[in-house]
Formats: sequence, structure tokens, C-alpha cells
Amino acid sequence: MNTSNSTFVRTEMLPQKAPPITEAGAVKWMRENLFSSPLNVLLTVLGVGAVAYLVLHIAPWLSRSVWNAASLTECRQIIEARYGEGATGACWAVIRERWPQYLFGFYPQHLYWRPVLAFVLLCVAVAPVLFDKLPRKMLWFSLIYPAVGFWLLWGGSVWVPVAALAGFAIGYVAAQVVKPLAGTILATIAAVVTPVLWWLFLAGPAADAVHSVLPIALESVRSREFGGFILAFTIGFTGIAFSLPLGVMLALGRQSDMFIVNKLSVGFIEFIRGVPLITLLFTASLLLNYFLPPGTDFDIILRVIIMVVLFAAAYIAEVIRGGLAALPRGQYEAADALGLDYWKAQRLIIMPQALKISIPGIVSTFIGLFKDTTLVVFVGLLDPLKGITDAVRASTDWKGIYWEPYIFVGTIFFIFCFGMSRYSMYLESKLKTDHR
Amino acid sequence: MKKSVFLGTLAATTLFAGMALAQGTSTLDTVKARGELNCGVNTGLVGFAAPDANGNWQGFDVALCKAVAAAIFGDASKVVYIPTTSADRFEQLTSGKIDFLIRNTTWTFSRDTDLKMDFVGVNYYDGQGFMVRKDLGVSSAKELNGATICIQTGTTTELNLADYFKANNLTYTAVPVETNAEGEQQYLAGACDAYTTDASGLAATRAAFADPDNHIILPEIISKEPLGPAVRHGDSAWGDVIRWTMNALIAAEEFGITSANIDELATSSQNPEVQRLLGSSTDNLGAMLGLDAGWAKNAIKASGNYGEIFAATIGESTPIGLARGLNAQWTQGGLLYTPPFR
Repeated sequence: MNTSNSTFVRTEMLPQKAPPITEAGAVKWMRENLFSSPLNVLLTVLGVGAVAYLVLHIAPWLSRSVWNAASLTECRQIIEARYGEGATGACWAVIRERWPQYLFGFYPQHLYWRPVLAFVLLCVAVAPVLFDKLPRKMLWFSLIYPAVGFWLLWGGSVWVPVAALAGFAIGYVAAQVVKPLAGTILATIAAVVTPVLWWLFLAGPAADAVHSVLPIALESVRSREFGGFILAFTIGFTGIAFSLPLGVMLALGRQSDMFIVNKLSVGFIEFIRGVPLITLLFTASLLLNYFLPPGTDFDIILRVIIMVVLFAAAYIAEVIRGGLAALPRGQYEAADALGLDYWKAQRLIIMPQALKISIPGIVSTFIGLFKDTTLVVFVGLLDPLKGITDAVRASTDWKGIYWEPYIFVGTIFFIFCFGMSRYSMYLESKLKTDHR
Repeated sequence: MKKSVFLGTLAATTLFAGMALAQGTSTLDTVKARGELNCGVNTGLVGFAAPDANGNWQGFDVALCKAVAAAIFGDASKVVYIPTTSADRFEQLTSGKIDFLIRNTTWTFSRDTDLKMDFVGVNYYDGQGFMVRKDLGVSSAKELNGATICIQTGTTTELNLADYFKANNLTYTAVPVETNAEGEQQYLAGACDAYTTDASGLAATRAAFADPDNHIILPEIISKEPLGPAVRHGDSAWGDVIRWTMNALIAAEEFGITSANIDELATSSQNPEVQRLLGSSTDNLGAMLGLDAGWAKNAIKASGNYGEIFAATIGESTPIGLARGLNAQWTQGGLLYTPPFR
């Protein structure tokens, strides 16, 4: 262009002008996102109004917090002395004073180190499951952790959890012995039946026998002494850990061609999903007492855990079935074409893909399960939200306190549930292999 | 066919064996063999049963648990406190999870007969009352026509309220609440003009307000709420243990036996009934109950006599500040009147 000497052709670029004020920066963002139409203007105004109203009401109350007081009356006196007659404020002193009770319930005070240690070890046991960069050998500790955790929390003879663990080893050995003799199906049956027989009839006497020779025991703590977050965590984490494998089994059972397995799975899942959790908990705590011989002390927390596991497993089974249904048929056929047997095909090809698809649903179920642990208050266990809070409120010092315990317990639950949710998003993005 | 018959028989046998055992063996023997008393208490009610910061249960009802444990074992600490909710308390008792129930439970006809419980006495005479804000300008429940009233659902108080307003030709709007804490909150937030529940509960609630002077409890008591311990139907021997332990605490107050002078009175008292009660006479009352001779002495020593327990947990010197009222000795114009120890 420069070769032609046309004078009307501009030879240099004009400098860029700043965009109009309505098309840049915060103003543009607000125009596009907050005030793009009359309806949106209205909604924005209402929304900002609502937020402002809440903040104006809650912020002063929160800003007048009291952390050191022995009773609600003292709290009120401190607030009035500081901020004048008639001022109201948050009295967090109740959390400070009852902190051990919120965490441990009535767990004996000199044994607080045991749940704390159990929690630390839980983190160690869960870490390799959550993050695959950690050494795989740590998974062995994760596998025996349920027994370790049980022993630390409840105490008693060390040989009881050891005998329980031995059941799994026995099942594995039985499967290995039967498999070359009678095939996969019988081996599977042997792997299920022998440990159950061991737990029912031999584990108790065996544990007693070894204990009489080599007594190693911790002071035992009864389930009635559990309460607060230690109870919520015990039920929640045990429920999560056991409901996933059970849910996988149920999902596979529902997909199975074997008539009995299929119908049992369908019946179980539909029954459990059709009944409210509260009903199951009442059944566990009250109805069973009529059927068991009097004097049978079938641990209440164990019963609740069993019910919670069954309940969550039924939901997880359906979530995983969704994942299985989403897999293209070619994946199953490819596994068959490679000559893999059923379990190998499931383990190597089907489940990794189905579980990946199901992650959001599974984590939702886990979060629901964790929050549902507060329902145990209805069977007389002291959950942190209502059980412990009611007990705290029933003392003459703290009667009349209302919001602070709820806010505190809600915050703790939020931290854990939000953590689970963020982890599931991290896992999803890490496992993403498609290019959508 | 054979299999189902077999399974049916098995189930029936288990069930009946369980029921037979539950009713056949005496609770007293079971408790003695266990070495601990399972006491069903409230999950938390100010002054009556509540755990402190260290997890030790305290309160008016709890004191009776301690007294019974002391009467049986001579040791007031051998109690397992089992918190029961208003929904599951009777089930806990009939299923045998607790040995007796002491949970502010009103003794009513249908509970005694239809629910198969035995109430063995009354440890607190309560009644339903109303609390209103002072600036409402109301001085009698009869002036509450057209008021909104906060009321706990599913309790006898709800039915009493309906009865009372109907009988007096008044109207009201009920604001249902689930728990006492919620009721307090609703009342303070102005969702209702009046809050109604047991008078003892009202007093405790009012005492916890930031401005108790701005609220008054109306003089009318509109119902009878005799609260007392209950045991399972059909085990009278066990019922006797609870009943007479409670009576011993009441009688101790009548005779002036306190935790301070009990050891002295046990040896020096010339009153034959006191001697019988404290096991220092030759009549062994304890043996008739299946307990030691010193049963009543131990029970009274656990937390003092009825009056001492009342004063320490819910009496006028505590924040709850309940007057003795109906719960005074019969000699003081109250209703406490224990049969003779003879």
C-alpha cells in the first residue's frame, strides 16, 4: 500500500481508544450480570437488600461475641457492661466450656488420647486411598485400620479385633483352596461362608482363648459413653467405608443374570429405599430387643452402624447401577473378548469406568449419610447437634442459649461436607480422560 | 412347607422364651447380678436431669436413681444413666433396656393401664401454667381470650389447653413448637402472646431470660401433672423397691433425718419408726424388700432426704427457684404423705 503515493491513505495505525465506560471493567460486568433487563434489575435490588438486611442483623450480634464466661447470665452481664444496656451478643463461652463434651460426649476424660490417636491414624489410613501419589504400601495399614480404630475407641482385649480381621484372611485362604478344585462360583461362596461361620462360632472363643494366654487389653469404654462428634465421625466414617463395597456388590447383584442373586438384590434395595432411615433406627434400637433374648447386650452403636451401612449401601447401589448402565455395551464385550473372567472384567474394565461416572452421586450419598448421623438422637444417643446441645442447655448455667450451639455444630459439619464435595470435584477432574 | 413350619416355630419359641424370661425373672435379681442400675432419665431438663461439663448427671430425678442404687448396692455411683426421649421412653422400659423410668412422666390412667406400666408413686406434683409478657396487661388466664399460645405438640399439655379453653368458653390460636428451647425462642421472638407448659418448666425458663422481670407466670394451674417413677407391669417386688426407697426419702424429711445427722440418729434416736427405717431396730425391713438392713440409710445418705434434694436441685436457692407448694410435707400443707414404715 505504501508504494502508491495516495495521500488519503493513512500510513500509521490510530492509537487504541479506551472502550466506552459502559463496555469495560466493573460497569460492564455489572451491566451484563446484574442489570441486563428490568427483571434482573429488580432481582438484584431485592438480593442486595436481603443480604444487607441479614448482615445488618447478624454482624452486630457476632461482633459482640463473648468467649470467656461461666454462664449465660455472666455472658449477658459482660455484654451489657461493654456495649451498654440492652445490647445482645453471641455467647461462645458455652462452646469453650463444653468443648470436650461436644467432641467426646461422655468418653472418660483420662482416655481422650485414644479417640484423638484414632482420628490421627484415620487420616493416615485414608490418605493413600484419597491420593494415589502416596506409597501404595500404606494401603495395608488402611485395610487393618478398622480393627485398630475399633480397639482404640472401645478398648477391651486386642484379640477381639484381631480375630475379626482373621476372618478375612480365612475367607481369602478358603477361596484360594477351593478355586482350583471347584471353580470360581464355589470359591466365591466359600469366601463368603467361611468367614461368617468363623465370626459366628469360632472368633469369640478363639479371642478369649488367646487372651487368657496373652492378655493385652485397653480399658474398655461403653457405647453409652460415646457422644458428640466422636459419635458422628464413628458412625459416619464406618458407614462410608462399609457402604461403598456393599453398594458395589448390590449393584452387581442387581445386574446379575442369576435369578436368586438378582431378586435378593432388587428386593433388598427397594425395601431399604422405601423405608425412612428413622424407621430403621427405631427398629435397631427398640424392636430388636423384643426378639433377642433378654440380657443380650447387642451394642447400640453397632446396631445403628449396621442400619446406616445398609441404608447408604442401597442408595449407592442405585448410583453405581446408573454408572454401569452408562457404559457402552462394547466395554463388556471387549472384556469378554480378552478372555477375562467375571471378577477380572469387573475389576479391570467395568468398575473403574462405572465408578468414575458415579463419583458425584456416591459423594452426595456420603455427605447425606454423614449428616444423617445426627438422627441417632432419636434412639437416645447423644449426637452433637441436638443430643449434646439439649444436654448443655439443660444445665442451669446455659439454659436459654439457642443459636450458638447450632451455629457451631453446623460449621463443623459444613467444613467436613464441603471438604468431601471439593475432593470429589478434584477427583473428577483428575480422572477426566475424554476431550469434551 | 416343613421348612416354613420349622422357621415359624423357631421364631415363636424365641419370642415367647424372650417374653417369659423378661417377665419371669425379677428385675431386682437381674439388677443385683448386673451390679449396676439402668436408670432411664430425661435427655436434659433443667434441674431434673442434666449432665454437667464433666459428664456427671445431676438433678432432682437423678437423685432418686442414686438413692435406689445406694439402697440396692450401698453405692450411689453404680448407676448407668440412659437418656430417653419422650418418644421412646416407654419402649425403652417395656423392652428391658432400662430398669425403671424417672423422666418427668405424668401418671395417667391410660399409661398405667393400657401402656402396661406401673407408676409407683409421685416424686413431683406439677401442673400446667401460662407465662405472658408483663406489658400484655393480663393477670389471669381467663383474660387470654383470642390469644396466640405456644404449645409443645404431642404432649398432655396440648390436650389440657384445649380442655381449659373450651370449658371457659374462650378461643385461642395455637403456635405448635417441638421442644422447650424452641418454645422459648418463639415466645421471646413474639410469635405468641403466651407460653404454656408445666409450671416447673415455666419457672426454669423464665429464670433463664435476660429480663425475667418483664414476664409473669399467671396464677392459674389448669391441670394435674403428677410426675413419678414407673416400672414394668407385673414385677411388684421391683416396684416395691422403688416405691419404698422414694418413701424413705420423704419419711426422712418428715422425721428430720438429714444427710448430716443420719449416722448420729441411727444409733441414738429413740423414735421406733426412725429406728426401723434406719435399720437399727430388730425388725429387718430391708429383708422384706430383698435388700440389706441398711438400705434406707444408704438411700438417704446418697443425696440427702427429699427436702435436701429439692433444695439442692430445684428449690428456692437455685436459679430455678421453685417453691415447695404442693410438694411440701403433709404437715406443712403439701401432699407428701408416706405410709408408715412398720
